[in-house]
Amino acid sequence: MDISRWKMRQGKKKFQERTVTLAHGSGGSAMRDLIDDVFVGSFDNPTLSLLEDQARIDLGSLMLLGDCLAFTTDSYVVTPLFFPGGDIGSLAVNGTVNDLCVSGAKPLFLSCSVILEEGLEIDILRRVVDSMKAAALAVGVQIVTGDTKVVPRGSADKLFINTTGIGVIKTGVSPAAFQIQPGDIILVNGSLGDHGAAILVARGELSLETDIQSDCQPLNGLVDAIVSVCPNVRAMRDATRGGLATVLNEFAQSANVGIRLHESAIPVRKEVAGMCELLGFDPLYLANEGKLVVVVPPDSADEVLAAMRSHSAGKDARIVGEVIANPAGVVLLKTEFGTERIVDMLVGEQLPRIC
Amino acid sequence: MKYINEFRDPQKAQILIEQIRQISQQIATDKPIKIMEVCGGHTHAIFKYGLEDLLPKTIELVHGPGCPVCIMPRGRLDDAIALAQQPNVIFTTFGDAMRVPGSKYSLLQAKANGADIRMVYSPLDALQIAKQNSDKEVVFFAIGFETTAPSTALTTLQAESDRIQNFSLFCNHVLVVPALEALLANPDLQLNGFVGPGHVSTVIGTEPYRIIAERYHKPVVVSGFEPLDILQSIWMVVKQLAEKRCEVENQYSRLVNSAGNAVALDAMQRVFEVREMFEWRGLGDIPLSGLKMRSEYACFDAEAKFTFPGKQVADHKACQCGEILKGVMKPWQCKVFGTACVPEHPLGACMVSSEGACAAYYKYGRLSIEREEVKVN
Amino acid sequence: MCLGIPGQIIEITDIKNKLATVDISGVKRQVNIACIVDDTHPVESCLGDWVLVHVGFAMQRIDPDEAAETLKLLEELAEIQESLTISN
Repeated sequence: MDISRWKMRQGKKKFQERTVTLAHGSGGSAMRDLIDDVFVGSFDNPTLSLLEDQARIDLGSLMLLGDCLAFTTDSYVVTPLFFPGGDIGSLAVNGTVNDLCVSGAKPLFLSCSVILEEGLEIDILRRVVDSMKAAALAVGVQIVTGDTKVVPRGSADKLFINTTGIGVIKTGVSPAAFQIQPGDIILVNGSLGDHGAAILVARGELSLETDIQSDCQPLNGLVDAIVSVCPNVRAMRDATRGGLATVLNEFAQSANVGIRLHESAIPVRKEVAGMCELLGFDPLYLANEGKLVVVVPPDSADEVLAAMRSHSAGKDARIVGEVIANPAGVVLLKTEFGTERIVDMLVGEQLPRIC
Repeated sequence: MKYINEFRDPQKAQILIEQIRQISQQIATDKPIKIMEVCGGHTHAIFKYGLEDLLPKTIELVHGPGCPVCIMPRGRLDDAIALAQQPNVIFTTFGDAMRVPGSKYSLLQAKANGADIRMVYSPLDALQIAKQNSDKEVVFFAIGFETTAPSTALTTLQAESDRIQNFSLFCNHVLVVPALEALLANPDLQLNGFVGPGHVSTVIGTEPYRIIAERYHKPVVVSGFEPLDILQSIWMVVKQLAEKRCEVENQYSRLVNSAGNAVALDAMQRVFEVREMFEWRGLGDIPLSGLKMRSEYACFDAEAKFTFPGKQVADHKACQCGEILKGVMKPWQCKVFGTACVPEHPLGACMVSSEGACAAYYKYGRLSIEREEVKVN
Repeated sequence: MCLGIPGQIIEITDIKNKLATVDISGVKRQVNIACIVDDTHPVESCLGDWVLVHVGFAMQRIDPDEAAETLKLLEELAEIQESLTISN
């Protein structure tokens, strides 16, 4: 038997399957072909191409970047998979990148673990993976390890992704919620609720039409701009599920301080505001996928605002409130009428109201 | 946004507040003037904009029973859940009703347990689901006051003309004026006037409130929902009290006229008739206060099409919503407020939806509670 | 009690079934306009109307003159108050 000719034929084999089957998760050649063709070919980096059971990362080169490792994980289960302004692929990269960089870390490596539903079109998977590749390239992170599982039809909704990320935090930078103090200033980098609104419309259940786009974007460049002018930034967090209100409640409770928001300063697009009026939603609780909440000492506020506005992800940055001593653990909203009300944690998810 | 932003002008609000302060001082006694805003939409706006804190101490707002979600009795919720759990049923509902507790659990939990329950924005969307799923029975949970009733009536008429056979309503529509009369007939009620529900009045007009002004001698001002609308309506009520008038006035003239909307009323009239009795959470049985489907529309009536328990379930014993709705008691004076009864696990009507007085105080108003307590002590 | 919001009718989509597209601050949705149609105001004449939207229905037309009247009254109140403040 001429083994060399057989091997050559193997190398040229084109992956031509149209849908995901249970065989693609079985550990056999079908799985290897899928991984090779769809993932390895696309993410294309030397660490991944070794196809070991783990990525091996040189400690020496990491230590040149800082003195602290940031490590985070997040799963992505969005419906629909593709929506105006993004898709599950770009979300899975940017979301984890943002969880890393709000610690002040430079994001470096991601894992990509997918759970596929039997019957998923391979073309959809390719589109998602291409989107991940583009998002990773834009940020400068490498996807260096992964896993593929296939579950029977009906056991998952088309495609779930988990990405885990590693980054290195520069020496001397350590934003954390417990450091927030009365007098500090709170900023956001632009309009709130775009992602939550875009997803609601894209699901089609409410038969609404708008031009609202998800704000799905990486925030690492913006964070760099902030940290460069204010290394002692008190706290940063990306306002994803539960929106700005949820992040601020977490801050208020962590640091045992009060927070006062100014209604007139909160940026909300007119379409998002209209949708909220129509459905009885509050944009403060709508999800974002490219919005950063930053708390800085009062004497750095103007400089940080200018630095944020000079970056493309922070053009519409605003100061939205300040930290107060009392009532501790509570977020207040100063309305345009000069009154104050509590902005509480959400009970369950927001549901469309008729009354 | 046109017709919204103009009515949210803080400077004009200050002027109205000053007017309210001046007039209410003229008629002040040792007791505050108690004005009930009937509608949950008004309650919501009052809390959202913190209007209570703008008003002088001479004015006290009492939050009324005008939230169709809050007043849904536990037994009816149990029936809705039983309908949703029938095989082959797709149960459709507005989002509001999802969290309302029945005697055991809510529609949200029933959905988690496997019932096919879908949230819709409009009853027309529920009809669309019926057209797309001809092998299933689609039931729409019809709740709401006279504002919402025409939409379900028109949807029923549409289903009839489209010859849709797998669509029905579980009708729980309720009527505003009978509920107010039930409150007014109560000897321990402490109210001086009413801010009337604006959107209900777009349908029924202002005439039906005349009985409140004439028989019970309370001023009524039908009001819009923006902050200036509500403040102007409070000013109009106080002005009536100062001038010793009891009339029905219309602040919301851009949308409300005296006769209401003929098309909407006609559709309601065709499809619905008044029930002899309907149970309200927190208020008990109120005669002639609910709507049911006429027998001609039995094929679109879930109550005729399906069997379900249909049992009344008493309100929770510790709950004092009834007293709160009458203005006799403040939400936070209830024994279970904020302890056994919280928005996550509501015991009573007023904690069920964000429009209920207790939920609104719990969510937005803990600061005003503290201020009130300081006033008292 | 009943969440209603002003929107403008920007297109009549189905004359027979009385359906139209309404625009609410850049959000579009199909609504049923049966409640705002009568002999004096047929379906075709609804284009451009400002209406109150509730659960997918246009419940009532907004009367622009009445809206202006309400705002004018508030302006007048402000003037009265100002003159009182000056005279005191």
